[in-house]
Amino acid sequence: MKGKICLLNEEGLRIDGRKLDQLRPIKIEVGVLKNADGSAYIEQGKNKIMVAVYGPRELHPRHQALPDRAVLRCRYHMAPFSVPERKSPAPSRREVELSKVIRQALEPALFLEMFPRTSIDVFIEVLQADGGTRCASITAAAVALADAGIPMRDLVAAVAVGKIEGKIALDLNHLEDQYGEADIPVAMMPGLDQITLLQADGLITLDELKEALKLAKNGIMQIYKLQKEALKSKYLESGEELG
Amino acid sequence: MPVFFTQRQIVAPGDLLAEGNYSLGSNVYAIENRIYSSVLGLAEIKDGRVISVIPLKGCYIPRVNDIVIGKIIDVGIASWLVDINSPYTGYLQVSDALSKPVDITKIQLRKFLDIGDIIVAKVTAFDLTRDPQLTIKESRLGKVEKGSLVEISPVKVPRVIGKKGSMISMLEKELGCEIIVGQNGRILVTSRNKARELFAVRLIKIIEREAHISGLTDRIKSMIIKAKKEGVI
Repeated sequence: MKGKICLLNEEGLRIDGRKLDQLRPIKIEVGVLKNADGSAYIEQGKNKIMVAVYGPRELHPRHQALPDRAVLRCRYHMAPFSVPERKSPAPSRREVELSKVIRQALEPALFLEMFPRTSIDVFIEVLQADGGTRCASITAAAVALADAGIPMRDLVAAVAVGKIEGKIALDLNHLEDQYGEADIPVAMMPGLDQITLLQADGLITLDELKEALKLAKNGIMQIYKLQKEALKSKYLESGEELG
Repeated sequence: MPVFFTQRQIVAPGDLLAEGNYSLGSNVYAIENRIYSSVLGLAEIKDGRVISVIPLKGCYIPRVNDIVIGKIIDVGIASWLVDINSPYTGYLQVSDALSKPVDITKIQLRKFLDIGDIIVAKVTAFDLTRDPQLTIKESRLGKVEKGSLVEISPVKVPRVIGKKGSMISMLEKELGCEIIVGQNGRILVTSRNKARELFAVRLIKIIEREAHISGLTDRIKSMIIKAKKEGVI
């Protein structure tokens, strides 16, 4: 067996050189797909994710339609080349679960009751994965939904927090997720101060959880700002002056 | 009662627009007395009281009395299904299409309207539990026989019409063509002069693209004058 993996060096920096409370570099692009009603592309560290949103549109099969609101459908999918070992393109148990979790994280933000009997479809394609893809997917999906012009209470931003070598850290990458003690994905509607997703995997004390949530909120606020900048800049660069 | 935006500022969903006793316009919502935007768009306050957001994107949701331009996609026993560029399919009954009662067991509905035909119609009923009902039994409504059809984003329709119809009446006057604007984002341009008809189509596309930039009506007008001077149209 290999020796112990060292996630923090003597200076307290992480394997990718970040501090404990530092996010990976994030780049968000809006409206990257022509055929979709709304789309977004996010790079968060080594993660690369494309999101396409269609709708509200007529729902097929018809019998799934709800008489009082739209149906939100999410498909989280990892490309076969997104991870070092080829992933089968068929939806795995994990992808089906993440699709549901992402849907539930986005649903509270949408005014689904405005479009009864229709569907809103969100397609999430992970092109390259390096830990924290569900959070990056939620962040990008919220931007794509806003780009599609779908009415929302607020954007949803997400980030994972966790424990590595006994310390609370923000935005875990793949290695930290795998060899760390805990991984806690958090999604929020930051403007309304509401949490829409909170999962936890691993061991953590109550005090540590409180500290972790505080750190997550901090990170989410930074991501929220980036989301809004990405959305607004798409239109600001095309129109010299507004009015 | 503070307002947190300047007129026509670009806002994202969840942006806090104002606090206090304001009226809610379109695309905003309130929690207690805090007013938030629900879409990506341009925030606006009217009469110092009504706060709304003009969306930059979105689909067409039918409203009663809207004029829409639709395409027949299916012929039923006593009705037609009409694509009206919306999540909801339009529904046109025989009694709303033909002036005289007919025996539907004897005649072929396809003789009147067939799949692919374009119609100008009006929404007579729509309540989100049933598909929108259409009629073509009024003046200016009915099957389209000639002209050019342009499709733009439904949220840009108010810009093509302009304030109290300023843009559309300017286009009609300057180019001498007839323009029917469907609220669903489809616009029919008819003119005896084919070159002018196609020029109008191009202008409408420009209006859609530059809808959020000010001074548009004047810019479009000068483009027409320039084209006339150069003898293009």
